[in-house]
Amino acid sequence: MIRDITLGQYYPEHSRIHRLDPRLKIIVTLVYIVSLFLVKDFIGYGIVLVTVGIITAISKVPLKFMLRGLKPIVLIIVFTFTLNMLMTQGTILWEWGFLKITKEGLYNAVFMALRLVFLIIGSSLLTLTTKPIKLTDGIESLLKPFKRFGMPTHELAMMMTIALRFIPTLLEETDKIMKAQQARGADFETGSILRRAKALVPLLVPLFVGAFRIAQELAMAMESRCYRGGEGRTKLNALKFRGRDALAIVFTAIYMAAIMAERIFI
Amino acid sequence: MNFVKDDKMIRIEDLVFEYGWDEEEAAAPVNAVDHVSLEVERGSFTAVIGRNGSGKSTLAKNINALLLPASGRVIVDGFDTLDDAALWEIRQRVGMVFQNPDNQLVSAVVEDDVAFGPENLGVAPDEIRERIRFSLTAVDMYAHRKMAPHLLSGGQKQRVAIAGVIAMKPEIIIFDEPTAMLDPEGRAEVMGIIERLHEENITVVLITHFMEETLNSDRIVIMDRGRIAMEGTPAEIFSRTAEIEALDLKLPFAVELTARLKERGIDIPAGLITERALSEHLLTLWKGNETSDLCPSE
Repeated sequence: MIRDITLGQYYPEHSRIHRLDPRLKIIVTLVYIVSLFLVKDFIGYGIVLVTVGIITAISKVPLKFMLRGLKPIVLIIVFTFTLNMLMTQGTILWEWGFLKITKEGLYNAVFMALRLVFLIIGSSLLTLTTKPIKLTDGIESLLKPFKRFGMPTHELAMMMTIALRFIPTLLEETDKIMKAQQARGADFETGSILRRAKALVPLLVPLFVGAFRIAQELAMAMESRCYRGGEGRTKLNALKFRGRDALAIVFTAIYMAAIMAERIFI
Repeated sequence: MNFVKDDKMIRIEDLVFEYGWDEEEAAAPVNAVDHVSLEVERGSFTAVIGRNGSGKSTLAKNINALLLPASGRVIVDGFDTLDDAALWEIRQRVGMVFQNPDNQLVSAVVEDDVAFGPENLGVAPDEIRERIRFSLTAVDMYAHRKMAPHLLSGGQKQRVAIAGVIAMKPEIIIFDEPTAMLDPEGRAEVMGIIERLHEENITVVLITHFMEETLNSDRIVIMDRGRIAMEGTPAEIFSRTAEIEALDLKLPFAVELTARLKERGIDIPAGLITERALSEHLLTLWKGNETSDLCPSE
């Protein structure tokens, strides 16, 4: 059961969006997030919706996967929506005791909820179309300027790479230890939350010990393969800026221009 | 960096390695490797065998400078492991494959993992791509190059680990119990590749505790309590059955069978140490002499 956990939410496909430079995708996602805060009315959201729709279509990611990203934050959306709806002062539409719904409140609630939804969908597009390993490469490359200020960018990226590599290994290890404990009568599934949490202690201790052993062995293997940090290291898949990336920049610029124009003139 | 042209691939001179101090025994250092001298020829296949704790793994880690001698010297292709400046020259020359296939793969994609070593050496991307192709082909894993390691079998993972070492173009590959965690099928795969590498003129040092795996080597070194207990060609070693058993090691099947047949008065020439050679010999004995004492009167 524990092995079914999928890593990240990458959706394998060979679309133009998938092949874009990860650095560019990260930056464009940031620009997109900023643009969401520039939108001031529903016409603006119309532009956002059309753009996201077009990108999704190009990326060939099924809508189902896009919406799946919303699941974890449904509660937050509902909470924001309700709070906005009830707390805004203005023309009263409906009243019951101390609860009242105003026209402005309703408008605000829908507006905020939409902002959250677009925020999540936009960033899911990044993770759905970019392999975790590429994301790591992209982050490493984007952080490079901070190296001058002593930020260990290569080390951070290497840590993320190794973490990604070892998640399945550690899950397997957890599964093994769990089964070994269950075979000796350990019970992880019944009882109060506190009881279940306590039952996890004998699981976590061997897992930690195992993780340290793995770290030691891996460090030795890396050293014997001449690993000595980022200095003088080449990359198999060096990130390259291509024609399609330039095209993506043009589209991003047009999108931003449309958002600004809408904000200023309409 | 001192470099002395050396005709021997590995030259170990009176190596002593200590693993900390044993607190109970009056603060005396425990020698994991105790005054060992050994020379390994270019292109040879040396098998090092011994019980757990005999120091065989420690010896291996001294060869690529993962561990450094307390006294004595280790010279690899003319480079001294105690020379800091020679460290990367040595590690590039000495590839090492470890026991646990999971804990030596760095990347979440097979080809990225094979690229790890060459990347560290600063090889150009096009050249790395070429090395990935030829080293994954050498271990028959090229078709799996885009897969995630955790989806492979133990034997396949170990082959990827070997490819990662081959991609660094080493002169020597040290296998530190590479089959200990594999199923019989995985063991056969890995042993097949080790023999193929030996044929390609790579110097192979195989650390193992399976006697069967030493049969095709050029030389066997038996370690016991940090010292070399026996050393010689497989034929020489396995003619000294009593000594091997005294070291608590199990004889290969064919050798043990030969010994037992000899006890029963059947003469078998020395040197038939593989199961195949022995069974062929027994078959000709039986065919040529059906009424012999091999098959007592029926």
